[in-house]
Amino acid sequence: MTMKVPMTEYLRIDLETEKWECRVCDHVIAPAAGNYKEGLLVHNRDPREIHPPVIDPAKYRYTFCPDPEWVRILEFCCPKCGTQIETEYATPGHPPLWDMQVDVPALKAQWASRGPAMLPDAGPAVVPGRGHAH
Amino acid sequence: MKDMTTGGPAPSAEDMKLIKKFLEDTTLFLGPDPEIMQNHDLMPRSADEEHAIANVPDTHTIAKIRDRLQAGCDEGYEMVEQMGAAPGAKWGDVITGIYSASGDLAIASAGGVLLFSSVVHHPIKFIVKNWMNEPTVGVRDGDGFIHNDSRYGNVHNTDQSMILPIFHEGRLVCWVASTVHEGENGAIEPGGMPSMAESPSDEGLKMSPFKVVENYQIKRDLLTFLQNSVREPKLQLEDMKVKLFACLRIKQRIEETLKTDGADALISTLRLTMEDVRAEVKRRVSEWPDMSVRTYIIQDSTLRENCVVKVNCTLTKKGDQLTFDFRGSSPEFTNRATNTILGGLKGMLSQLFLCYIWPDLPRGQAAMAPIEVITDPHSILNCSYDAPNSQSLMSIFTGFTAGQHAVAKFLYSCPEKFTKVHAPAFNMINTFIWGGVSQHGETLGNLCADLNGMGAGATSNRDGEHALAPIFATMADIGEQEVNEEDVPFLQLVSKKMTRDAIAPGKYRGGQGYTMMVATKDSEQWGFMTTAQGAKIPPIQGLFGGYACGTYPLSKVQGVDVYDVMLNEPEKFRHSIEEIMNEQPFEGARYTTHHMGMGFDISKRGELYMISQGAGAGYGDLLERDPVGVVKDIEEGLMSAEVAARLYKVVFDPATLAIDFEATEKARADERKARIARSVPYAEFVKGWNQPKPPAHLPYFGCWGDDVETLYMGSPDKTRRGDEPKPNYMVHPKDVRIAELEARLAAAGVPGDEKQ
Repeated sequence: MTMKVPMTEYLRIDLETEKWECRVCDHVIAPAAGNYKEGLLVHNRDPREIHPPVIDPAKYRYTFCPDPEWVRILEFCCPKCGTQIETEYATPGHPPLWDMQVDVPALKAQWASRGPAMLPDAGPAVVPGRGHAH
Repeated sequence: MKDMTTGGPAPSAEDMKLIKKFLEDTTLFLGPDPEIMQNHDLMPRSADEEHAIANVPDTHTIAKIRDRLQAGCDEGYEMVEQMGAAPGAKWGDVITGIYSASGDLAIASAGGVLLFSSVVHHPIKFIVKNWMNEPTVGVRDGDGFIHNDSRYGNVHNTDQSMILPIFHEGRLVCWVASTVHEGENGAIEPGGMPSMAESPSDEGLKMSPFKVVENYQIKRDLLTFLQNSVREPKLQLEDMKVKLFACLRIKQRIEETLKTDGADALISTLRLTMEDVRAEVKRRVSEWPDMSVRTYIIQDSTLRENCVVKVNCTLTKKGDQLTFDFRGSSPEFTNRATNTILGGLKGMLSQLFLCYIWPDLPRGQAAMAPIEVITDPHSILNCSYDAPNSQSLMSIFTGFTAGQHAVAKFLYSCPEKFTKVHAPAFNMINTFIWGGVSQHGETLGNLCADLNGMGAGATSNRDGEHALAPIFATMADIGEQEVNEEDVPFLQLVSKKMTRDAIAPGKYRGGQGYTMMVATKDSEQWGFMTTAQGAKIPPIQGLFGGYACGTYPLSKVQGVDVYDVMLNEPEKFRHSIEEIMNEQPFEGARYTTHHMGMGFDISKRGELYMISQGAGAGYGDLLERDPVGVVKDIEEGLMSAEVAARLYKVVFDPATLAIDFEATEKARADERKARIARSVPYAEFVKGWNQPKPPAHLPYFGCWGDDVETLYMGSPDKTRRGDEPKPNYMVHPKDVRIAELEARLAAAGVPGDEKQ
């Protein structure tokens, strides 16, 4: 059986195909050795839309809103199901980060010695009746 | 510096010995020792430790003694917390601990400021290295040493330590120490953490470790000197006594152990506790995936002016080695106080592991010992001796958040977890620092414990808790404001009320921050300051599709006496920043907003200063949030109905808040489609987005993109190499303002006929 390791709330790595996949819709996103963001869609969000002004922007310089000239929110979503997989509060023009650079051979070796029974119970695909212990 | 070349033969071993002795005998100043200050690992096993471990290797005996010593440390902690005069002491900004004879912190109190666990060992190692065999000083039974200068250890100069050597049958067997965030220290501004400091000379008391106690008595001449150097002489005396007696209580517990089990059992316990924790950390790290995780956090001010200051972090795990690489972070500011010494950053990373990742580990220095930290020299995270660092919290907290954000991405896939994976906590000390002459005629300088009310990040299974705890301490409290008000001449007119719509959305939302409004009442010599970043750029990142918090300004209302308003026209008073600033209910008053780096500001009776604590980050896609949770947030005043409906796409009856689940599901499905429609593929996006340099309109400090070797210094054309320090001066904000106004005058045609 192919082992798929959940790496984040919405991403997993298929150890056999060595691909990043969406955990919500199973979409194959990108090679696991690369940057998963390259297989996603991006939206440059004005931060004022997410963090609304608490006090009147017509009257005041600081309003509880991030300054859109100083910071933007990069929203990364799955091209198939639209799940928002990652956000990045970015300085305007700053290249998006390759945030998870995985050593895939090491990951495969680690999980070969663990086996699928050790896969973590976290995120949307929790298997009922299999608790975790610590 | 150029290499010195003599051209002659290399000096012999005998010559080198002579040169070394000459240099030692003629040292003019024992400054902070880089050999001590750059090292956070355990000292090598001493001969005494080898001998003790050979004699007492039994793990059951060691566990028993460790628990006993732990209880002793906790007892000392309780004493300081109960008796300490500093607000920081009362609310848990304290640590007590037992250190090995070489100076490593082996066992620390379970609660309090665990970041101290990585920084208080430095001054002890300085004492061991320099004072032990110094005939004019020496280390003897009954001695006590005091210390506060962060360049010799600790986080900032507001923290003071009392350090006692413990002897048994004439032999030094260990040390005990108690450290407290004291507050006042005689700096350029009251409260001990001046944001106006432009050099270490502005930062108040600078105590290198020195002997202040002999025969268990505080030396009155030195005490008087210290009292004379600060604004709160009473506090200085009280807390020196409290720390001394807490140390003596721990000493008593150690002596009981020595009596029943002997010195070898004590020494073996201290050493093996540290070695076992260190080995366990290596084992736990080896369970993480081999990976590099990159993140950055932006500080949006130096507390004097807004700018974009990058804290750059790559966290790499390979095998059992974990390395934080902070190269590429901002250069140090030569004349701004937000720099930190490296030890402070390591302390906060230690706090991350002891509080948030492995809270089951025994508290002490060992948890951080095997973890590597790399920085550029003279950077904001590893500043030089000549740079001020009284507001180092700004850098150690944002460094902490970078670490917290990165670690979560390692932990998710790890089968063995000791806490839930969670999003970054809020990380700024949004509180009022205050000072002046009280209604009782006393000179005071300190802060409100609201800095301990940071909102928690959401976790993988639930919302973050509101105003939960400071990131730098466990079991710390936000105190009783009413008790505080007996001593200070101001009231918190609104306190602990959640700030509506200042949110961090997600599948699980961040814990929210609360509003604080203060106004001076009973003193004409009283003022406030605030020292936080994050009024233009959020100081945290969200996790796995969740959002960070928003931003938090300072609002002021001047030209009003709200006490008169409350007496004569109470209906005019409002209980939220939103209402007061938007409705402007006090006629003739001046309403202004500012960033959160307000230098000490003398206040007038009844003028309002208003701020909010911040929210921890959200976790996961907000469209997955349970609609019931969204409506509960509306009911609890965390969020307005309009914002909730717009962001979370929950459909409900505005009058009853009854949820239409079917319509919600459809609205969310539509929003997912809309996301896809408005977003563009990554490759296409970066073509339009990526820029080769920071934008010209931003005063940007730090690396840009993947090139971590080039550090920008305020403009796209001014740089330094990461490994080649350069001065980085900022212009006084008032001079900047004057230049702006002069330029406007010139543009308006006002003749510049002043004599120059």
